[in-house]
Amino acid sequence: MTEHLGSGSAVAGDVLIHARDLRKSFGSFEAVRGIDVDVPRGQAFGFLGPNGAGKSSTMRMVAAVSPPTSGTLRILGMDPSTHSSAIKARIGVCPQEDTLDLELTVRDNLVVYARYFGIPRRAARERADELLDFVQLGDKAGAMVDDLSGGMKRRLTIARSLVNRPEILLLDEPTTGLDPQARHVVWDRLFRLKAEGVTLVLTTHYMDEAEQLCDRLVVMDKGRIAADGSPAELVREHVAREVAEIRFAAADGSHVDLAERVAGFAERVEVLPDRLLLYSADGERAVADVHAAGLTPSTTLVRRASLEDVFLRLTGRTLVD
Amino acid sequence: MSTTTSPGTGVAPPGTVAAALRLTAYWSTVFRRTWRGGVVSALLTPLLYVVAMGVLLGGFVRADAAELEGATSYLAFVAPGLLAAHAMQMVIGETTYPVMSGVKWNKTYYAMHAAPIGIGAIVLAHLVFVGLRTLLACAAFVAVLTPFGLFATWYAPLLTVAVQVLVVGAFAAPVYAFSAGLDNEWAFNLLFRLGMIPMFLFSGAFFPVANLAAPLELLAKLTPLWHGVDLTRMVALGTVDAGAVVVHVAYLALLTAVGGWLAVRRLGARMVH
Repeated sequence: MTEHLGSGSAVAGDVLIHARDLRKSFGSFEAVRGIDVDVPRGQAFGFLGPNGAGKSSTMRMVAAVSPPTSGTLRILGMDPSTHSSAIKARIGVCPQEDTLDLELTVRDNLVVYARYFGIPRRAARERADELLDFVQLGDKAGAMVDDLSGGMKRRLTIARSLVNRPEILLLDEPTTGLDPQARHVVWDRLFRLKAEGVTLVLTTHYMDEAEQLCDRLVVMDKGRIAADGSPAELVREHVAREVAEIRFAAADGSHVDLAERVAGFAERVEVLPDRLLLYSADGERAVADVHAAGLTPSTTLVRRASLEDVFLRLTGRTLVD
Repeated sequence: MSTTTSPGTGVAPPGTVAAALRLTAYWSTVFRRTWRGGVVSALLTPLLYVVAMGVLLGGFVRADAAELEGATSYLAFVAPGLLAAHAMQMVIGETTYPVMSGVKWNKTYYAMHAAPIGIGAIVLAHLVFVGLRTLLACAAFVAVLTPFGLFATWYAPLLTVAVQVLVVGAFAAPVYAFSAGLDNEWAFNLLFRLGMIPMFLFSGAFFPVANLAAPLELLAKLTPLWHGVDLTRMVALGTVDAGAVVVHVAYLALLTAVGGWLAVRRLGARMVH
């Protein structure tokens, strides 16, 4: 890969994506406010965050279609502001919205796209058939894209992003809007790519997706990185092992008042609109303490803490749409 | 499946023209999908116009060559004007909704731009496609006109088609630039109603602009269509005035160049931010 180090900035080891104090502003709005990221080859890396956290802006910078406002960004050792075409030749992009050509057949979408990369016609056709098999759309090769289901379109978009055998595959919310079966098919294909050594970078606001797919992830909030680590590390660092979810009837008083009364029974208490979350090493014990204090919750549930708890803790409860 | 090697590895990124050529497969697919509809309108529309305006309406027009800018009949006068006006309408059709589709509806341009294809190449390939398609239609139009015996020489039909390149450029590039930056397609109606239709009617295709009141005549002569019509008519009828040709060519070429520059700028501003 050394022939691509045109920027003069050497990258340590095999770090495919390297960002330092990366920023992106649109007018007076600062979408990305100084993030540091390093993605080594072969890793599945996730950007988590609520809508408006700066994930998509970051992805567009990494895809070399949006110049950074300031900071350092190197993709495959190259500066995207000066080597965008060389970078794009070696990455695959699966955008949030499908940009398939609805009036072409499934197969022609792949063949035509392969030609954008200068792949010869014959090789493009072979590659198209290979990829259709890979995403299990071989029997739909001659269908028009308009006739595919949402899940099939997504798989075709993923297939299309692989035509140039990319070293990095960027996936912006790869399963948003898909039904559970379709999501599992997509996840399975992404697992296979990962096993083949493709570096995956994805954004998502599905915690289960992040837990399933990512070796490492960062939680973004308001343009900054709020936390960084493997899914297990994040749970360990930011929340207790177990969570007791406790609901009270409206007559018992406001949740804020009740939260004060149970505060001593857990490491931390979160107030949700409909329930209290008690973070504790022993959830059953916390529930027992609540009852012992003379409180009578209408329902209780003890579960293991998940990435979702980390996410809610770090990015706040306010619903951002 | 192996995904670890890239066919692009070690290969220099393509220049604008080379990148535009990579879009050939896309545009030829679009052409294959749409040419049938185009053929009917390319052959039938001119025939209907020429019969209705040139032969039937023209049958009522009694004017000598001096009044018709050197044409020996109204049919000979109106036919070259119709050709240039038809080229304009086709080009505007091809650089409004299809451009909006590229940036907004189907987002085909974004798919291209995610691959190693720059903004300049996207614009160039689309404009060349519009040009080739329109020239093909113009050639069909001229083939329909030729049996009417309007052309001054055997090569006049060829020259007539050739100068449509300038008409195509002068409309395609600026209209593309206009479309590329629009958020909403409603403005196309303004372009059609306040730009295209008045130009079609008053830029010398149907009557010599000298018949207009002086300020309106000046206004007509500022429109790119008048330059296109006058150039087409001179070439078709063999009434070439070298000075006027230079002005027409320069004016239409300038519009093409400025329009092309603006088109790349506006599409870039929209897609790369």
